[in-house]
Amino acid sequence: MSGVAGGTRGGSALRGLRTWWTMLVICIEERLVYRGDFALGTLMRFLPIVTQIFLWTAVFSATSRTDIAGYSRNDIVAYYLLTMVTRAFSSMPGLAGGIARSIRDGSVKKFLVQPVDYVSFLLAARVAHKLVYYAVAIAPFALVFFLCRGYFPPPPDAATFAAFVVSLLLSFLLGFFMEAALGMIGFWFMEVSSIVFGYMLVQYLLSGHMFPIDLLAGVPTGLAGVSLADVVRWLPFEYTAYFPAAVWLGKVRGERLLWSLVIEAGWVVVMALACRAAWWRGTRRYSAFGG
Amino acid sequence: MRRYLSVFLTFARACLVRDMTFRANFILECVTSLGWMSMNLAFYLLVFTFTSEIGKGTGWTREPYFAFVATGLIINSIVQAFFMPSAEELTEMVRTGGLDAVLVQPLDAQFLLSMHRFDYSSLANGAVGVGLLAWSVSRLEHAPPAIAWLLYPLLLACGVAILYGFVIMLAAATIHMGRNQSLYDFWFYLTNFSRYPAEIYAGPWGGPLRALCTFVIPILLVVNVPARVVAQPFTGESWGGVAAIVIAAGASLVVSRLVFQWSLARYRSASS
Repeated sequence: MSGVAGGTRGGSALRGLRTWWTMLVICIEERLVYRGDFALGTLMRFLPIVTQIFLWTAVFSATSRTDIAGYSRNDIVAYYLLTMVTRAFSSMPGLAGGIARSIRDGSVKKFLVQPVDYVSFLLAARVAHKLVYYAVAIAPFALVFFLCRGYFPPPPDAATFAAFVVSLLLSFLLGFFMEAALGMIGFWFMEVSSIVFGYMLVQYLLSGHMFPIDLLAGVPTGLAGVSLADVVRWLPFEYTAYFPAAVWLGKVRGERLLWSLVIEAGWVVVMALACRAAWWRGTRRYSAFGG
Repeated sequence: MRRYLSVFLTFARACLVRDMTFRANFILECVTSLGWMSMNLAFYLLVFTFTSEIGKGTGWTREPYFAFVATGLIINSIVQAFFMPSAEELTEMVRTGGLDAVLVQPLDAQFLLSMHRFDYSSLANGAVGVGLLAWSVSRLEHAPPAIAWLLYPLLLACGVAILYGFVIMLAAATIHMGRNQSLYDFWFYLTNFSRYPAEIYAGPWGGPLRALCTFVIPILLVVNVPARVVAQPFTGESWGGVAAIVIAAGASLVVSRLVFQWSLARYRSASS
């Protein structure tokens, strides 16, 4: 009996995997329909880094300091380039808005009647999006990093590199579940675009995408011995931009690095549970009418 | 001309009524727009805790720099309020075939497509820009002369005209690409170059980039020229910039018109 049960379980798992693979292939094909738009979107992501390089070069040229908050001019440029890699993993353009729209226009109801889990479908779609993105973006990324290789310190050791890769993969999951949970707010509010925009602002500022969080170390909060950088480190945002870049640059090492990875994994679990809970509660109060 | 003005005012009134119908959403959009701007201002304030100037010997110390930022806010808020919403809509109209209905109207297609939808909440940033300009100019070591203030509105209009030309050309690209969801992003990244003083683009890479963004894609003139006449000492050299931005504005309007009409001639309806 147990063999039969095991076989059934194995068959079910295989069917689930096949469904997931089909969803992935469909999403990849969908992404490749508008190739021109996709290639343009990929190319222009490199433009802001150019202005940041010139801005910080100008800032350092006007000051006698050799470093700002522990970052030399080269470190800051390398940091911005590395946050582009991080954001390539953690950014989820259109995810929250898309979920809210599907709730509003009723298209989400097909996932309530079909044997396809909505969150899994979204995850497969996002993996497909990222795979296509990496396939398109790897060449310009390689070119930019080659041209800017002089800004980077020597490559990290194997253990740090492994930690960097793990932090990137976790940042993808964290970014996905944070945005998906945000999109689920659509079950309670008809229009979430302003909330999503507000989240993007906070995310941009507190993730370290705008500047290294270490620059906030000198900004007081009014609490004795607590800087703004300390407050930001209690939040999950830094793991979606700052943390992997800081790992590569050796700003986070040793025991602190290990603990940070554990905390990042913890945030992934928390956000995944929040997303599931929002879906579960939301679908129980959701009603749709018509075809 | 009077007919177009009447249609424009009708659109403006209709969009205002729509915005005021959803007042809470309007206020929320103003707040988020101001939030984005505040974040950028906070970043610049943070930068000035580490340096007294953006670029050695450029004269872009804190107050002049904030006058520069204020000028950028005013120009961008006008473009965001009056032209971007229509351009964004065009990208979907091409894909869905909604453009057909516009083409059969007895009005100029570019006028209808680029000025039919307004976003008044974007003007919130412009209002803050005016306040920031007043604050920063009042703290300058040298007060701008009367001629600078006379030129300033004209130069702002030229900056808006240059950006309008870019918006039209980007929107026209939609007709060839079928879909251009990246329009807004591309706009953001393109205007990113105009957000900083031209002097930061220096060195073996910066020099050519500065020349490219001044003479080929005149994005660097948009904010730099108007900001310079009020934030930096007004000298004879300033007239060179004034002439450049007037020529660039005219060229931008003409080229964008040609590109738009050329693109429209290649439009194939997507509707049934």
